[in-house]
Amino acid sequence: MSDMLFLSVGNGCSVSLAQVPDLPENVFRQALIEAVTTGQKTVFSFFAMPEETGFRLTAVLGDAGKHHLDITGCRVERSFSSMAAEAPAFQLFEREIAEQYPSLEIKGHPWLKPVRKPDKTTFFKMSGDAVHEVAVGPIHAGVIEPGHFRFQCMGEDVYFLEIALGYQHRGIEKMMESPLNSKMIHLIETASGDATVASATAWSHVVEALSDTPAARESCVIRSIAMELERIACHTGDLGALAGDVAFLPTASFCGRIRGEYLNMTAELCGNRFGRGVAVPGGCRTALEKQRAEKILAWIGRIKPELYHALDLLFESPTVLDRFENTGTVSLEDARRIGLVGVAGRACGLACDARFDYPLPEYSSGAPAAEKISVSGDVLSRAKIRYADIAASHAYLERELAAVPAEGLAASAPEITSLKAGHIAVAVTEAWRGPWCCTAVTGNSGELRRVKIVDPSFHNWTGLAFSLRGEQISHFPICNKSFNLSYCGFDL
Amino acid sequence: MTNNTLYWTIWFAASLILSPLLPGIINKVKAFFAGRKGPSVLQLYYDLFKLLRKESIVSTTSGGVIRLAPAIILGTLLTAALFLPYGAKYSPFTFTGDVIFFFYLLGTSRVAMIFGALDTGSSFEGMGASREAHFAALAEAAIFAVIGFLALTTGHSETGMLSDTGFSDIRHLTSTLLCAAAFFLVLLVENCRVPADDPDTHLELTMIHEAMVLDYAGPDLAGIFYAGALKLWLFISFFVMFLIPAGSWEFGLYSAVFGAGVLLTTVAVGCVESCMARYRFLKVPQMLAGALCIALLAVFCLTFFEGGLK
Repeated sequence: MSDMLFLSVGNGCSVSLAQVPDLPENVFRQALIEAVTTGQKTVFSFFAMPEETGFRLTAVLGDAGKHHLDITGCRVERSFSSMAAEAPAFQLFEREIAEQYPSLEIKGHPWLKPVRKPDKTTFFKMSGDAVHEVAVGPIHAGVIEPGHFRFQCMGEDVYFLEIALGYQHRGIEKMMESPLNSKMIHLIETASGDATVASATAWSHVVEALSDTPAARESCVIRSIAMELERIACHTGDLGALAGDVAFLPTASFCGRIRGEYLNMTAELCGNRFGRGVAVPGGCRTALEKQRAEKILAWIGRIKPELYHALDLLFESPTVLDRFENTGTVSLEDARRIGLVGVAGRACGLACDARFDYPLPEYSSGAPAAEKISVSGDVLSRAKIRYADIAASHAYLERELAAVPAEGLAASAPEITSLKAGHIAVAVTEAWRGPWCCTAVTGNSGELRRVKIVDPSFHNWTGLAFSLRGEQISHFPICNKSFNLSYCGFDL
Repeated sequence: MTNNTLYWTIWFAASLILSPLLPGIINKVKAFFAGRKGPSVLQLYYDLFKLLRKESIVSTTSGGVIRLAPAIILGTLLTAALFLPYGAKYSPFTFTGDVIFFFYLLGTSRVAMIFGALDTGSSFEGMGASREAHFAALAEAAIFAVIGFLALTTGHSETGMLSDTGFSDIRHLTSTLLCAAAFFLVLLVENCRVPADDPDTHLELTMIHEAMVLDYAGPDLAGIFYAGALKLWLFISFFVMFLIPAGSWEFGLYSAVFGAGVLLTTVAVGCVESCMARYRFLKVPQMLAGALCIALLAVFCLTFFEGGLK
């Protein structure tokens, strides 16, 4: 039965659009709700494409148990029934569709609040004598992206947090709707701002799948090394920032510097501190000679003890643990319902890691397996998951860098100029926050008809709002930092 | 002018000039712990000079209280500074019970600060003001326990009692040290230092003192900064005077010990700030209750073992 409802594809593969199931609306709806509410599959992408008459809905789900992605579709005329009430993981995707295609009516959605039009948002308001509202942003103290947070409070307690984003009108998806060109990789690299290599790798797989030019294994290894360096650098920076938010000076200062070391290692690898230009469709632009691999390996050997020392200070300090423990808790039940992913999902106890669940050739020698730790969905759990991720990435880097053969890893990036017409391709990479999903659909002449980017932040902002319920308002900064979601990856 | 008055005047003038140095020293200590060079210890002087040359801007939603607040805050703190027994003797302005007057002058400056914050109508400043009022009320209990201890041990009720604390026997020594520890905790809370507040934070939602001063600019802000430094100086001086039994010391000895004491206490504040995280707000009242208990324990220690330890 399920074979008829979903088309299963591997991560980073393409199929003809004609093969994607075209289900009747009620069957489509039931299949999606059942797949998600039973916990079998997670939502990666759900979007609409205008057709000559009506719209074509496409959903991409991940089936972690079977290690493949499931695609399904449905053609609708002018309206379809919302799934949000039964499966809340769809609520934001539906709101996005409603905003992008005003002529497409979504029936029965509980609240079609704007997704990226903060000026059109009407805010939820609590009433009562002692209730007060605290509005923060969109302009913040410090160099932070724009976002508006509205708290409904009684004294210090937050009852409801509403997050309004969309201040950066970037139009990335729209700009990508054209014949394939060499500028696209740059748009993708900056889509999330700080998940450069992961997003570029996902995009590369999409383009490689749509053009049947798989990347060489050597290129994939270099991409994975850059991705893990990116992960360590970002987690290090965030753990330092978390320490800074509770005024724990030692770790805050050490991590700021140590993050720079990992960025410099990335620069040593590819010439750019943020990993720009490493992953490109077709493979990889920078070779890795044995000598440089050894240099980075020795560098890691020097810095790693310093990093672990700084992190141990953080996790062994009673005053810090007191701040982190039982702060900003999201229950496993809520995490499953709203569809949390990545670090935040794992911190609630969900077993989700795209590196294992949806294998890519990048990790063909075995993905970095983080140590299993007990978690409870609080700030401390999110911090500990990051620490475990850092340790696993180090082990992976040490293994892969040591395994670089004497002749080095060659760079190869054959130029890709045309794509197969009428195909759909999906790729998911585990960026440092969580799964970074890119879906592309080509038109009749091989032009990109629709590119759908789903940054892990898209799923997880709802989790941040949940973590604040019943929490003290003064805990917002550490809750926020423990998620550290991307504004621009959401605004797109 | 008697020698006593002259010595007092020298230290009073020094307190006005040197107080902006204290935040600079704390920041230097923090920079040392962080492995950074850090800003110059004179940074606050530079900032004050810069701010004094700017204009004051007042929010259009304010009702005018915010204009008065800096003057009241600074005025009350300067008046309070007149009552500390610098130079090891009584302040020339002293009168019976002036130690209570001293702490209520500090309280008045806080009230002005809170009203100024509420006047802006900003939700951040309202939150900051509410937290400040909450913690200050609890800190007052500990402060008065400390004053009670001082009055008991010296038999005076003037600020001059600070010069009379002594370590004549183990009973006095233990109880004075306990009471000083309680006062140190109050010092941290009252001066918005870690672990009660974080003077370096840019996060509006977690601020106490910093939230209340968000709307000040130019000379007004300079006044607030200077008042903050002076308040820190007053608390640290009080703490040091408490600990040194300087009643009959020569001026030279007194100056050396008092100066070193102020420096050491400032460094200690910096060390606390460098080594621990800030408490969650719910813990600050517990910290202040702890300070009160320690001070009461000191009083108990003093009175219970009145006959000396056998």
